[in-house]
Amino acid sequence: MENSVIVRNLHVSYSGNEVVRDVSFSTQKGRLVGIIGPNGAGKSTLMKAILGLIPKDRGDVRLYGNPVKAIQKKIAYVPQRSNIDWDFPITVLDTVVLGTYPHLGFFHRPKKKHKQFAYECLEKVGMADYAKRQISELSGGQQQRVFLARALAQEAELFFLDEPFVGIDVASEEMIIHLLKDIRDSGKTVFVVHHDLSKVESYFDDLILLNKELIASGSVKSVLKPELMTKAYQSQFSFLNHIGVGS
Amino acid sequence: MAFINDIMHYEFLQKALITSIMVGIICGAIGCFIILRGLALMGDAISHAVLPGIALSYMFGINFFYGAVLFGLITTVGIGYISQNSRIKSDSSIGIVFAAFFALGVILITKAQTATDLTQILFGNVLSVRSTDMYMTLGVGAFVLIVIVVFYKELLISTFDQTMAAAYGLPTKVIHYGLMVLLTLTTVASLQTVGVVLVIAMLITPAATAYLLTDRLSTMIFLAMFFGATSSVVGLYFSFEYNLASGAVIVLVTTILFIIAFIFSPKYGLLWRTLRIKKQKATSY
Repeated sequence: MENSVIVRNLHVSYSGNEVVRDVSFSTQKGRLVGIIGPNGAGKSTLMKAILGLIPKDRGDVRLYGNPVKAIQKKIAYVPQRSNIDWDFPITVLDTVVLGTYPHLGFFHRPKKKHKQFAYECLEKVGMADYAKRQISELSGGQQQRVFLARALAQEAELFFLDEPFVGIDVASEEMIIHLLKDIRDSGKTVFVVHHDLSKVESYFDDLILLNKELIASGSVKSVLKPELMTKAYQSQFSFLNHIGVGS
Repeated sequence: MAFINDIMHYEFLQKALITSIMVGIICGAIGCFIILRGLALMGDAISHAVLPGIALSYMFGINFFYGAVLFGLITTVGIGYISQNSRIKSDSSIGIVFAAFFALGVILITKAQTATDLTQILFGNVLSVRSTDMYMTLGVGAFVLIVIVVFYKELLISTFDQTMAAAYGLPTKVIHYGLMVLLTLTTVASLQTVGVVLVIAMLITPAATAYLLTDRLSTMIFLAMFFGATSSVVGLYFSFEYNLASGAVIVLVTTILFIIAFIFSPKYGLLWRTLRIKKQKATSY
C-alpha cells in the first residue's frame, strides 16, 4: 500500500528547547491516525512542523512523496479552537467558503457555485440552518463542525485536526468522528491530535505515541500496550507513584 | 447654507474637502484590517515613527513619501525584531521603537527648517492643502483602495486565520509587511488633514464603529469608509465655521459616531444588550 506521510529524523525546537526529538514514522493512505501523548509531548508542534507552519531543525517530511510546499493545496488543517478570533465579522457560510480559496488562486473571487458547494459542506456537518449566523453565536461543538465543513470544502487529500474534541458536546464529537471515518473510507488520510486516551481504540486505525521522542507508531493494537503507555506517560505516572496512587 | 456657498467660492475649501474625504475613506478601509489584526498600537507607532523619514526627505530634497515609507518599514521590522529576540513583549517594544523615532523626528524637523513646520505635521491643517498635496492624497488613496480590492480575499483569510493562510501557501509575512506599507502610505496621506498625532483616531474609530454594526467584513469596510468620510465633512464644516483645529474636530466627530453605535447598535449596542439581559432575567422567573 502507498505511503501517505513519511517523517524521517525530524527535530523541531522552540526558542532553543528541543520539543520534537528525532521522530520517524510512516503512515499509509486511507488511515485515521491519532497523535497521542502527555501534555507538552510536542503533538501540536509535530503536526505544525509536518505542515511546514513552523521551521524544522533537521529531518525530512514527505507527503504523498512530495515536500509539503508542493502539495499544500491538498492539505486541510483545522486549528485548535482557541486560536480563532470568534468575534471576527464573518458568518458561518462565509467561513466555509474560505475553504474554496486555496483552489481559486489570486485575483479570483468565490462565485455562486463555490457558495453552493460550501453550503453543501455545511449540510454534511448538520449546520446548514446556521449559515447566516455570526460564528461566536455557536456552541463549541457547532464551531468545530463548521471548521470541519471548511476542511471538507478544501477537497483535500490529507486532513490535519488539532485537538478537535476539546470542550465540545458528545453529539458533535460523535458526528465529527463519524465524518472523519467517512473521509478515511473515501481513501484520504486523517491525522488527529488527541489527548483523551479513553476512546482511542474506537476512534483510530493507527497511533503515533509521542513524548518529545517517538515512543511507538503503528496500528492501535500494537501501540496501545501497557509498557509503551507507561513509557510515554512516565513523568505523570511517577508523580502518581510518589503520592501513593499508582501500583 | 453658507458653507456650501463658501465651498463653491473658495478653492482652498474645495481642496480641503476633497482631501479630507479621501483621507476618511482610506483610513476607514485600512483601519478595518488594523483593528481586526489587533494592530492598533502598531498603527499609532508607525504614524509617529514616520517623522524622521519626512525630515530626512526634506533635507535631501526628495518626496517625503520615500522617507516616510522607509521609516514605517524600519519601525515594523524593528518592533518585530525586538519582541522576537528578547523577552520584551510586543506592546513594550512598540513603545520603545516609536518613542525613539518620534524623538529623533522632532529634532530633525526643527533642524531641517522645512516649509511645513512641526505643529502642522503633528496636528495637520487641512485648510492649507495645496493642489499637489491633494493630488498626492488622491493618488495614494486610489492605490490603497485598488490593492484592497484586488487582494481582498488574501487580506480576509490572513486576517481571520493566519494559520490556514500559511498552511495553503500564502506568504503571510509579505502580506503583513504589505499592509504596513499601505498603513504608512495612508498615514502620510493623512498628515495634512489630521496630523501625525491624531491619525490613529481616523484609523481606529470609524472602523471600530463599523465593527459594532455588522457581521460581514465587506460591509464593515464600506461602513468605516462612510463614517470616515462623513466625519471629515462634518468636522471640516465646524472647523471652518468656528475656526477650530481641523484634525481635532474631525476626530471628535468620529468619536461621537462611535458613541452612538456603542449605545444604539442593534446587535452589539449597550442599550439593546441591557434590555435583552433584563428580558431574559424576567422570563427565566
